Amino acid sequence: MTIEVNGSPREVADGTTVADLLAAMGLPASGIAVAVDGEVVPRADHVRTSVSEGAVVEILTAVQGG
Amino acid sequence: MDDPFVIADREYTSRLITGTGGAANLAVLERALVASGTELTTVSLRRVDAAGGSGVLEALRRLKIDPLPNTAGCRTAAEAVLTARLAREALGTNWIKLEVVADDKTLLPDPMELLDAATTLVDDGFVVLPYTNDDPVLALRLEEAGCAAVMPLGSPIGTGLGIRNPHNIELIVARAGVPVILDAVPMPASDAALAMELGCSAVLLATAVTRAADPEKMATAMRSAVVAGRLARQAGRIPQRFWAQASSPPR
Repeated sequence: MTIEVNGSPREVADGTTVADLLAAMGLPASGIAVAVDGEVVPRADHVRTSVSEGAVVEILTAVQGG
Repeated sequence: MDDPFVIADREYTSRLITGTGGAANLAVLERALVASGTELTTVSLRRVDAAGGSGVLEALRRLKIDPLPNTAGCRTAAEAVLTARLAREALGTNWIKLEVVADDKTLLPDPMELLDAATTLVDDGFVVLPYTNDDPVLALRLEEAGCAAVMPLGSPIGTGLGIRNPHNIELIVARAGVPVILDAVPMPASDAALAMELGCSAVLLATAVTRAADPEKMATAMRSAVVAGRLARQAGRIPQRFWAQASSPPR
């Protein structure tokens, strides 16, 4: 199925969880935050939150600014 | 601690809050942060890219500087609230520098959206530090909403125009029950001292240091200016007079 990750389409397997997605992208679980369809997914829920077809996923981290 | 800077449940020695934006690279930024003596520094939240993180969080951790995430770039209360919640998740802090700007031309805060977002975030358990206009009424409303400080601007972000309305800053200070932190002042060190002389509790600046020809030296200058201004405020300036008054005894 296709989901949107940080504005770009991405093919993932059915049943993919947030944790699976982060692992596939080579991202650490700490120092980042994930929102699915505009709702924050707390770190503790990454392994049990699966994404569905067309889900809009945002993955953010701290950068220099302000 | 002598004359600590108390904000919410924390005590700081330094009254200089810095930003991390505008530095040529992380090494330059780190040297400037150390020279500034800052204990609280803003960071922004952006999408991760293929290159991974920028390393700024690791640098702050190593330097024992608390991160203060901001909501830079947000235009609506809803955007700012989501960004704050993501920042809390990513950084493990409930402190947020709340920025909700109205348009690109001025980058001035949108008062309605700002107050709306501040109210929501305070209710959600955040320590909210709003970047606000130099408007004494709005500053009071933000304090009433439960904000831990108010951060009025000296002039629009990036203009370098210093403190355009010192009287408004004094009015905000006169009524505030929370720290007043002068923000958005890419300015000479003399204006950082002026902000403190006007009664501000702290100064927040970034590009004045990071984009200076010698960021490390400018950071040292700003640190000294803030200390000088604070001492001058506490010492009590002499009253202004219309006519001259000799300081030597008559002959």
